[in-house]
Amino acid sequence: MHSKRMKRLDSRAAWGYVFVLPTLLFVLIMNIWPIINSVYISFTDASGFSTPHWIGFGNYVKIFHSSLIGSASINTVIYAVVSVVVGTFLSLILAVALNEKMKGRAVFRTLYFLPVVSTPAAIAMVWRWLLNKDFGLVNYVLSFFGIKGPNWMGDPHWVLTAVIIVGIWSGIGYNMIILLGGMQDIPSEYYEAAQLDGAGKTRQFFNITMPLLSPTLFFVLVTSVIGSLQVFDLIFVMLDKSNPAISSARSIVYIFYDETFAKGNQGYGAAIAVVLLLVILVLTMIMMKLQKKWVTYDK
Amino acid sequence: MKKKLTPSRVVFYIVLIVGAFIMVMPFYWGIKTSMETLPQSLQVPPKLGITSFNFDNYKAVWENLPFATFFWNTIVMVVIRVVVSTVLSAMAGYAIARIKFPGVNLIFIIILIPMMIPGQIYTLPQYLMMSKLGILNTITALVIPGLASTFGTFLMRQFFMSVPVELEEAGRLDGASPWKIFTKIMLPLAKAPMVSLAIFTGLGSWKDLMWPLVVNSDADKLPLSAGLALLQGQYTTNFPQLMAGSLLSTIPMIILYIIFQKQFIEGIATSGGK
Repeated sequence: MHSKRMKRLDSRAAWGYVFVLPTLLFVLIMNIWPIINSVYISFTDASGFSTPHWIGFGNYVKIFHSSLIGSASINTVIYAVVSVVVGTFLSLILAVALNEKMKGRAVFRTLYFLPVVSTPAAIAMVWRWLLNKDFGLVNYVLSFFGIKGPNWMGDPHWVLTAVIIVGIWSGIGYNMIILLGGMQDIPSEYYEAAQLDGAGKTRQFFNITMPLLSPTLFFVLVTSVIGSLQVFDLIFVMLDKSNPAISSARSIVYIFYDETFAKGNQGYGAAIAVVLLLVILVLTMIMMKLQKKWVTYDK
Repeated sequence: MKKKLTPSRVVFYIVLIVGAFIMVMPFYWGIKTSMETLPQSLQVPPKLGITSFNFDNYKAVWENLPFATFFWNTIVMVVIRVVVSTVLSAMAGYAIARIKFPGVNLIFIIILIPMMIPGQIYTLPQYLMMSKLGILNTITALVIPGLASTFGTFLMRQFFMSVPVELEEAGRLDGASPWKIFTKIMLPLAKAPMVSLAIFTGLGSWKDLMWPLVVNSDADKLPLSAGLALLQGQYTTNFPQLMAGSLLSTIPMIILYIIFQKQFIEGIATSGGK
């Protein structure tokens, strides 16, 4: 009897291994090993053609002296800060608005979500056309207001703004849905009680919605920061390589792609990826620390 | 409580409508331009209404680029990735949540690590792996990195943690094997989170651009996302044709979205840890 029980327990454990094995093997081969491999390659002059040599911190030194990386970092930070702040703010407003019971709520939600299901390459192309300086719809609409629209895609002063606009436009729906999900978890009794106490909509928002939504808002902020630091698709499709303004919009991941795969500087490219990883980890840790100041977890 | 149409509510509606207009306008403008000839599209000032119903651009794009192949490659990639990774995530998530076995916590931590790492770290080593295996420029190489999902495993683990233990205890007393309990009792319960996960991973692979660009250079081995980027190189300024190509590659997903709206939105909301 006792041994039979033992055997059953053992076979249960064996099933446990069988269940996780495919995922575990995959993660070890496709994720954990590549992390180690990338770090290793970043210390070599690997180029895909000759045998790589160990060059210590050579690639990292090169990164810190590269003006290309410098300007790409600035572009990326500007993109991240503006798109996260404006994008989160707009999606929060939308989520509050669409959380109200009203006519056409489902239709609005559907429309705001459309860009989330569209291919970034298609989005980028349509916006290239909308932002075309001579024939684009945007500059035509601006002309109604007496504004002469800029050369969005060709002027180094405007090209990053163009990318940011498209980035915000395509990300709003996603964050809105996540925030809406968080809002729908807030018990309606809280609002009813507040109403009985005579608290207006604004008070309700700051005293009920914001504190109870703060964990969701924190999630949205962290994922948006991480995602925006990795911006690539939009820039890659919106701007041709030959575009004279491209240096004002190239991001870190764009440079990573260009160096590693277009130019074949694998060692250097790997080092860029490692630096990006460290920056993202440090930022995430800082955000985790700061969250204690404003995020309220109930219970 | 009846809502009255106060001035603030009117403003509120106007803002929502203007916002919705900005969200939809690019789609409308893309469709409109895609049906025009090049000279029609370059009229100044542009006509705001639809001026022509002409599908020549679609025909031209379809004939000049292997669009049917792009579609096929995309479907193969997305379907295989979604089916395999959803099933594997459910299995691993269930084991981690419910089966006590030595090393389970360590395994869970190993699976969590990649969730915090930006994807670019993997791209080069994965590319070198495909190159060593001699499978660059194949659909296999396109599919492989999405066959399992650490995020999915995490999500399914969270779900199975919330399922009452009593439900499987009955099966366990009857002497059913963990495999039977998993397939007969747990999987049917996990339908909703699995659908959410499937949509989330499906959308992700559908939109992925860098991996296809890196691993496949032959046009007939590319999915839509990367094939479309190729189109841009060919017709840099022929916007009506570019619009036709963009719409061709976006409309299938939009149709799916409109049919399965509820699941899509739940799928995305789930990714937010709901």
